[in-house]
Amino acid sequence: MSLAWRDAVVARRFAARQRSNRLALALALLAMVFGLFWLFWILWETLRLGLGGLTLATLTGMTPPPNEAGGLANAIFGSVVMVAMAAFIGAPIGVMAGVYLAEYGKGWLASATRWVNDILLSAPSIVIGLFVYALAVKRFHTFSAIAGALALALLVIPVVIRTTEDMLRLIPASQREAAYALGAPKWRVILQITLRAARAGVITGILLAVARIAGETAPLLFTALNNQFWSVDLGAPMANLPVTIFKFAMSPYENWQQLAWAGVFLVTLAVLLLNLAARWLARERR
Amino acid sequence: MINPAINPAASETATAKLTVRDLNFHYGNFHALKNISLAIADKRVTALIGPSGCGKSTLLRVFNRMFELYPGQRASGQVLLDGEDLLDRRLDVALVRARVGMVFQKPTPFPMSIYDNVAFGVKLYEKLNPADLDDRVEWALRQAALWDEVKDKLNASGMSLSGGQQQRLCIARGVAIKPEVLLLDEPCSALDPISTGKIEELIAELKNGITIAIVTHNMQQAARCSDFTAYMYLGQLIEFGETSQIFFKPQRQETEDYITGRFG
Repeated sequence: MSLAWRDAVVARRFAARQRSNRLALALALLAMVFGLFWLFWILWETLRLGLGGLTLATLTGMTPPPNEAGGLANAIFGSVVMVAMAAFIGAPIGVMAGVYLAEYGKGWLASATRWVNDILLSAPSIVIGLFVYALAVKRFHTFSAIAGALALALLVIPVVIRTTEDMLRLIPASQREAAYALGAPKWRVILQITLRAARAGVITGILLAVARIAGETAPLLFTALNNQFWSVDLGAPMANLPVTIFKFAMSPYENWQQLAWAGVFLVTLAVLLLNLAARWLARERR
Repeated sequence: MINPAINPAASETATAKLTVRDLNFHYGNFHALKNISLAIADKRVTALIGPSGCGKSTLLRVFNRMFELYPGQRASGQVLLDGEDLLDRRLDVALVRARVGMVFQKPTPFPMSIYDNVAFGVKLYEKLNPADLDDRVEWALRQAALWDEVKDKLNASGMSLSGGQQQRLCIARGVAIKPEVLLLDEPCSALDPISTGKIEELIAELKNGITIAIVTHNMQQAARCSDFTAYMYLGQLIEFGETSQIFFKPQRQETEDYITGRFG
């Protein structure tokens, strides 16, 4: 008698639970669709307008004056050079600081470093740009590729510090103890065991940082500025994709607008590929 | 409570390799080891038993100064290895650990090949030519009864092995540097009975050349593979003597209660 009564209660609860489950699932799906809708719209517009303007001349020609034929070769080159320089300056500093925080950081210096890094991590990029402008551009009286790379490096460092520290902290203490138990000195344990174990995560962090700076405009406006011509002089203003896009997209000239879209497409593609590489690396892990 | 004297039988049948004198240990304000004195016999197996939290793992981690990795943990007293005080700050801690090896509860293979796992520790202190290094790696893997299972895949990742194989790899790694003492901290607690059996056989083999101290929760294991047994409770050494004596004729009521399962 009581069994049937209990079964009814259980069935009712089960139905209620299924209803709330379906509701939550529907809301989650809705949120996803909302996010993806904008993302795909952006991607679609970029593809449609960018691919339309993309020809071989876009990759070989220099940025042209209004209503003349040209391409983005100098801007692409400049972006690659400055992003690469920023990565080469920023990644080692970031990894070393991350190692310090994860492996040595115990006292007040570590807490202070972590706190300052958190601020740097959320600092608007335009502030970083202005800082490098005051530091390098004003002092040497010229916009330059080096100043641009410096500004970008300042954006790379906090991201890499954070990911390196987080990834190293994921390595269990037992792994470190096992290495110490063999009589290994600390520097060897860090280089050969913990950094090695966290390798995929650390590289992923660097790739994501590079992806972040690839599209940064604000810090370059004040530092590398722009250049209409092909230039390999690191001490002189250098063309780059984001600032070129900014300048061309706002212009009334149709060929400039066309090139801006092509540039947007290239930057998006590069960031997408970097993200995919990062994801692939993270999955390779073990 | 005053520590019971070391059972004279322990020091009569074998010479002492490790001699612990009035050892006290603190985790911050917590007094984890209280006036421990005992002698670990040369080329014998000494088992440390007792309920969780009694300090047996803590004691083991004093022997290779592993506790120094963590601030707030301190030891006072003496741990003499052939008469030399291991706790002496002037003694380089890495050198101590090269002489006193350790294998942990959970297998901890390094993220590198099986070969490199074993060679890692050897390369720290010896400059061997490649052929000699190959020989040493093979010797260590044979000592750990793992050679036949891995000889065709020495370049495979150490992580790809099964749990029992990983633990034997860790033993091979520890043996490869030819330590004088090997500390085993519950080496079988994460393993199935077959792997456990293999590791116990291994312990019996290894004691021909190495002094072994093993922490275990498994009373049968202590009875099977040790020559001496120390029973610890709440940071104190309650009784220490030959394993047969501890298990069959314990002198103290607490020891008997624990061994017969009437504890608590």
